[in-house]
Parts: sequence; C-alpha cells; structure tokens
Amino acid sequence: MGIDLHMLEWARAQFAMTALFHFFFVPFTLGMSFLVAFFETIYVKTGKEEWKEITQFWQTIFGINFALGLATGIIHEFEFGTNWSTYSWVVGDLFGAPLAVEGIVAFFMEATFAAISFFGWKRVSTGVHLSATWLLAIGSNLSALWILIANGFMQHPSNEFGFFNIDTSRLEMTNFWALITQPVAQVKFLHTISAGYTLSSLFVLGISALYLLKGKHKDFAKKSAAVAAAFGLISSIFVAVIGDEHAYEVANTQPTKIASAEGLYVGEKGAPIVAIGIPKNLPAEEVKSNDEAFVFKIELPKMLSLLGKRDPNAYVPGLKDLIKGNEEYGIWPLKKLAEIGKEAREDLFKYHEAKKVGDEAAAEAAKADFYKVIWEDKDTGVKLTKADLIGYGYFLDKNPDLIYPPVPSVFYAFHIMVGLGFWFILLFLMSWVAIVKGTFEQNKFLQKLAVISVPLPWIATSFGWMTAEIGRQPWTVFGVLPTAESVTPLALTNVQATFFLFLTAFVILGIAELKILFTVVKSGPKGAH
Amino acid sequence: MTWAPITVDATHFYLQVYWWIIIAVLGGLFLLMTFVQGGQTLFHTAKSEDEERAILNSLGRKWELTFTTLVLFGGALYAAFPLFYAISFGGAYWVWMLILFAFVLQAVSYEYMNKPNNLIGKGAYKAFLYFNGFVGMVLIGAAVGTFFTGSNFSYDPVTKVLHWGTAPEGFNLRGLEAAIDFKHGAWFNLAMGILVFAAARILGAMWLINDIDNKEFPELIERLRGIVKRCFVVLLVALGVVLFGWLTMKGYAYDIHDPTGKVYYEDGKYLHNLLAFGAIQLIILLIGLVLYVFGVFVTAFKNSTRGIWFSGLGIVLIGIIVFTLAGLNGTSFYPSYADLQSSLTIQNSSGSKYTLMVMAWVSISVPFVLGYIAWVWYQMKKGGPITKEEIADPESHAY
Repeated sequence: MGIDLHMLEWARAQFAMTALFHFFFVPFTLGMSFLVAFFETIYVKTGKEEWKEITQFWQTIFGINFALGLATGIIHEFEFGTNWSTYSWVVGDLFGAPLAVEGIVAFFMEATFAAISFFGWKRVSTGVHLSATWLLAIGSNLSALWILIANGFMQHPSNEFGFFNIDTSRLEMTNFWALITQPVAQVKFLHTISAGYTLSSLFVLGISALYLLKGKHKDFAKKSAAVAAAFGLISSIFVAVIGDEHAYEVANTQPTKIASAEGLYVGEKGAPIVAIGIPKNLPAEEVKSNDEAFVFKIELPKMLSLLGKRDPNAYVPGLKDLIKGNEEYGIWPLKKLAEIGKEAREDLFKYHEAKKVGDEAAAEAAKADFYKVIWEDKDTGVKLTKADLIGYGYFLDKNPDLIYPPVPSVFYAFHIMVGLGFWFILLFLMSWVAIVKGTFEQNKFLQKLAVISVPLPWIATSFGWMTAEIGRQPWTVFGVLPTAESVTPLALTNVQATFFLFLTAFVILGIAELKILFTVVKSGPKGAH
Repeated sequence: MTWAPITVDATHFYLQVYWWIIIAVLGGLFLLMTFVQGGQTLFHTAKSEDEERAILNSLGRKWELTFTTLVLFGGALYAAFPLFYAISFGGAYWVWMLILFAFVLQAVSYEYMNKPNNLIGKGAYKAFLYFNGFVGMVLIGAAVGTFFTGSNFSYDPVTKVLHWGTAPEGFNLRGLEAAIDFKHGAWFNLAMGILVFAAARILGAMWLINDIDNKEFPELIERLRGIVKRCFVVLLVALGVVLFGWLTMKGYAYDIHDPTGKVYYEDGKYLHNLLAFGAIQLIILLIGLVLYVFGVFVTAFKNSTRGIWFSGLGIVLIGIIVFTLAGLNGTSFYPSYADLQSSLTIQNSSGSKYTLMVMAWVSISVPFVLGYIAWVWYQMKKGGPITKEEIADPESHAY
C-alpha cells in the first residue's frame, strides 16, 4: 500500500506531542494523589487543623494539574482510532481490551471518588472522605497499570498471550492472564509509578524549601517537606532498583532498543556501559568498532553485559549484528527475517484468494505454510513460525538502517534519565538526613538545591518515555507491526491541521495552568482557595 | 466489491450481541450524563455572579462522570468492535477530532474559570463550555445519525486498509460531509444532532432545577423552566424528523445465518426492527418517550424539581433503543453507501470470541461500578441542594 511517508512523520509528531503533554501531568497525578492521601491520613489520625490545611493546599494544586491531565488524556484513546486505524484494527483485541478494562475498573473509580475528595469536605463524614481520597489515589494508579499493560504488549508481543490469526489478519488474544502478568508490563508499571512518586515528592519538597527560603509558612513547609522527603527517598531508590530490572527485560526482548540506548554498534562479550559520551549517528553496517562511533566516552567495563544478561562476560549484540546477522551467536540477518516475513505475507494473500474462490485444499496449504515452524529451541521448546515474522516483510529491500531507532536520541534520553535518577536519590537522602537531624530549616544551600531541582523530574520522566517509545521504533508492536503500516491513510493537510490545533490548545492551556499554579504557590496555604 | 465473510459460531454471535447491548446501555447512560453539556449552554440564564457560580458548581461536580462515560464508551468499542473503531475514527476524522477538541477544552474550564491569573479570562473558559455543549452534542448526534444513513468508505478485505470517500458522487470531508450531503441523509444526521443537543439542554435545565436551592435562587429556577418549555418545541420538531426517518428509510440489512455476511438494502428496515421480537423495542422506546415527556411536563407546568429523574430514565431507554435499532436483528450498524459489502455489522467487525468472552467476565463488575457511583451520588446529594453558603465557603473547593 502507498503510505505518504511525510504524513507518517506528521502523525508520529502529533502522537509524540500529545503524549508528551499528557505525560507532564500523569506522573504528578500518580504521586500527588498518594501524598494528599498521606497528609489527610495524618490529619484524621492527629485531628490537628494544620494538617487539614496542608492537605487542602496540596489538593488544590493536584486539582489544577488533574484537569489538564484529563484534557490531554482523552485525545489519546481516540487518536489510536483517528490516526492509527490500521494499528487499532490489527491489535484491537490485545490493546483495546486493557484500555476498556481501565475504563471500567480504574477510571470510574478515579473520577467518582475525586468528586467526594474535592467537593465533599462538608458533605460527607471524615471517614468517608478519607476513604475517597485513598480510592482516588488507588484508582489513578490502577489506571496506570492497565495503560502500561497495553503498552507492555506493544513492547513485547509474546506468543504466550496472542497470535496472528490468518482468517482475520489480526493479532488475537489467547491468554488474558498472561497478558496482564507479563513481566515487561509489570516492571514498566512499577518503574513508572515510582517515578511519579519521586516527581511529586520533589515538587512538594521544592515548594516547601521555597517557603523556608522566603521565611514564609514555616511550620507548613517543614511538615510537608518531612513527608515528601521520606516518600521521595523510598520511591527514588525503588525507581533505580526496578529500573535495573526494566533494563534487563528490555535487553532480552528489544535488542535494538538497548543497543541504541548504549550506542552499541558492534556486539561484544563483556560489553561496557557508556557512563558519559557523545555518540555519532552512523549507518550501523559500516561501523568497525564501537570506539569510532563516539566522539568521546567514559566507560564502565562489563556493566552492560551484567545489566542486560546478568553475567559480566555475556555477549550483547550490537546494531550491526542485528542487521548483518552473527552466526556465532545465532543471530539471523535482517535480510533473512525480511524474506521470511515477505513469504508469510504471500501465504496470507494466497490463503484469502483461495478462500474467495472456494479452493479449500489450496487454502489449507497456504495456512500450513503460514504457520510453519522455522526455528525451535530444543531446550525450552520455544518455536518461531513464519507468521511471527510477518512484520519484517515490510523491511525487505528497504534501507537496513530503518530497523533501529536514531542512536543519539535514544542514547541521550536514556542517559539523562538515569543520571537525573541518581541525583534524586542523593538529594532526597541529604534532605531526609537534614530533616531527621533538624538542620533542614537552616540549610539554605540544600533548600536552594531542592528548589532548582523541581523541574528536573519532568525532564527525567519525559526522557524515560522517549527512551521507551523512540527506542521501540520502527515498530508500533515490536517485531510484529511496523509503524509505517499502522497509520491511517489520510491527506497530509488533515494531520498537519490537527497537529497545530492541539498544539495551540495545549500551549495556551499549559501556560494558563502554570500561571494559575504559580499564583496559588505564591499566595501560599492560606490563600489556596 | 469487497468480501466480508463472518464467523458463524453461536457463542461468538451471542457475545457480539451481548457487547452491542452493553454499548447501547453505555450510549443511553452517556445521553443521560449529557445534562452536563446541556447545562453548560445555560450560563446566560444567570443574571448575577451567585447564580452563575451556582450553575458552575452544580455541573462541576458531575462533568467528570460524563467524560469518563465517553472514555469507557470508546474503550468498549475499541475492544469489542475494533474494525468500527478503525474505520469510523480514522475515516470520519474531522468529526471525531472536533468532538475530541470540544472535550479537551471542557476538561480544564471548570477548574480554571474562576481562578486568578488564568491567562485567557473567564469569558474564554465559558465560551469553551458552550462550545463543548453545543458543537460537541450536535456532532455526536450527527455521528450517531450516520449509523442509519451510512458513510462514504470501503476497505481492503484482507489488510483492512481504509479508503474514505470511495463513492464518486459523494463528498469527502473526512466525515463532515454527513452534515451537507443531503443525497445521503444529511437531513437525518442534522436532525439527530439537534435532537441530542435539545435533549441535553432540557436535561441540563432540569438537573440545575433539581440541584440548586430553589428558595435562594427563585428567579434563576423560573428562567430555567422557561428554557425547558422552549427547547421542548425544538426537540419535538427534531424528534418528528428522526421518527419519520426511522419509519420510512430503507435500511442496511444482512442475514445473521449467512456465512458470507452479504449486506443488502431493505425497505422499512428500522420499522421492522422496532416490531421485531414482539415489538419489544417499540414498547421500550414508547416508555422512554412517555417518561421523558412526563419529566418535561412536571418541570414546566407543575413546578416540580424531580423532572430530571423521569426524563433521565426516559433518555436512557431511548438511547438504548437507538443503538439496538442500528445494530441488532441483522442490521449493519455502520453502513457504507459507497460499497455495500464494506458495511460493518456486529458480526464482521468484532473482536475474537476469546476477547469478547474475557471482556464479558470483566463486564460483571459494571453493576458494582454503577452501584458505587450511585452511592457517591447519594452521599453528595443528601446534604441538600447547592446554596449560597456553600459556594462562598473557602473549604468547599467551590469553583
């Protein structure tokens, strides 16, 4: 089919733009909903009015953010249909189902109990109100769980829960339980929510530090900061621990992503992690050694093998190996994968042609061909069929460099995220120690560090999202459905027009949000309402 | 001419019917919840700051439920009828994008409208709410209209790649043609749009009459009763056109037992559907209409505050019938006038049997969800209607 590649880029840009905007608000909601619940719990337990004031102040800020989170969120669900209709048709069962479940079990919980939590202070009993605040937090986080189960499928579509049905030309679900419990989705969920907790804890810590610096609302700021520092410290450590697990999953399911994130053009035994470096964007086939792929770099030896394979001497394939193949390690060249994928496509069409004319024998033959096992792991019994490679057919006779994402983008996004993640642990640790010792109130330097660090988690979470999504390219469903074949055939101008329509709206509403937020922060807890 | 074979499997078929009925119930509940959208077009009935804030706060506690219902409606369609999701959203691009845009603008407006330093001013946010209430409702109504009049598309039978604007004599405005192409039923689509808008506005006025303290805001309540009367006239006209359409239009039919799934025109199809299964759909439709009209009557002429409960239940029943008429009894719910065999039926556009089965298990939680929504609603209502005192209270998170 003829897809306008220029339009494809605009459709991707539109999705990336709306997703990034949405993702400014999501982690904040995930964490802030729990922080508000903590504050309210302390209020209910102690019965002290100042904790109610603290709860209501942070709830006001939560509400301002929540509104724009909803506004930027609804567009996504429908964007899958409007701009990615082929994708939606092919994966509706596996991807649409978790979205529908999210609507039923999580989103309603979030929206319904938000009404009590925001407006019910005087209308319901204390116990009901506190429960509503907790249910709002749990609902938001459950929402994230289902969304990330859907996303986990895109990252790692496994035969354990789905297969390509030749009759319908779609990916269909075979095991719902396996879909929702697959490790890729679970670690992604834990990594994302704990990043959200870190982000919102740093926000509360930073704003509290700002008040202390200005000598305003001291008691309020100290109490808020204490809760935020403790929650932030635990969360930021957890982000790193689960992030390690996440990287391990990625290394074993998406070799092009991990290789791009580390600038590993040529596979190595005992592969290092580049701690700091400037990678070049090179055609992978021509790269002789990883040294020529960097302007400069500082390495941590053997760390990538340890991270990705849990063995410091293990082999990690590079981008070049993934294109040209590497017999020693059983990696097939892209050309071979693409040829098999092309054959699978031909079998599919043959099957439908035969069905149409009623030639059952030919249809059965084509079907048998389509599902033919082409590789089997004798030890584990894992099988690969032609059908599994159908997506690769798209890449036959195309530039092989299309098979991996742009290395510098993924490399920088990944490394900046990781670097910032370590900074957050350090900052929370220092703050927590200072708070426990009772020196935080006097430590102007630490307070300043906390204030200037407030925007950093947003950079980290955005880059994390980019690592995941750009790193998965050129696929929407890794290894199965190419991005270029997922898009709705539309005239370019339509996509450009909606891109700018939403960009304009989001920029204006985003500025409005920040102005309102700054005003609330400036007037402080007393003037929050 | 494309070819859309369907799986003839009894369990799969029952699941498809079950899911279409869930879609219909969600559609009906969504129509009920559009009292929020209708209410948003009534700010001009407020003549004082207090009156305006009473309206804003009454709707501001409910808008998320409408929003969530729409999201769930989309999610359920995605999982249960993915081919519809792909064809309609990808095809009628501008209709859905504008609906979305209207809901994006709505989502921030309540929270930001009365906050200081909100950048574009209160008037702009109010305009957003009107836009959502008017454009959003008319477009959604017209989009549902195309469930009966059809759209201009075809698709590849194997890859399912979509071609919108296939009919040479039709317009191709990525969905917006449904409002101007009178040869292909624009009159019906527009009537549906106006009907949904008028119904929402009446519900909105009734909701406000119920939810705002009548003693503290007597003049506002009177003006809202006037709105109910006037909008009802508009509603009757639109309803007349829609009913005329249903009784006379040829419909897109197929035989549920035919494995080829061949779609053909049938004169009086929707009338036949109304009378099918012992005329159960006609009976429910009539009960719905009677309830709706009764709610309007007691609100307009009997000074009742409870009209919303009658009309609300009425619109849920009417909404359910709109969808069952469109999709059950061997009817194509998303027909194509460009290529009859590309028309979507619940049987050729659904998810796999396994997926529908899993989702059917999940759907058992729906009554539980409805239960806690009702409980929360009761909790928030039992303290009485919205008063001036509550609006002025800094702790009430009032907008």
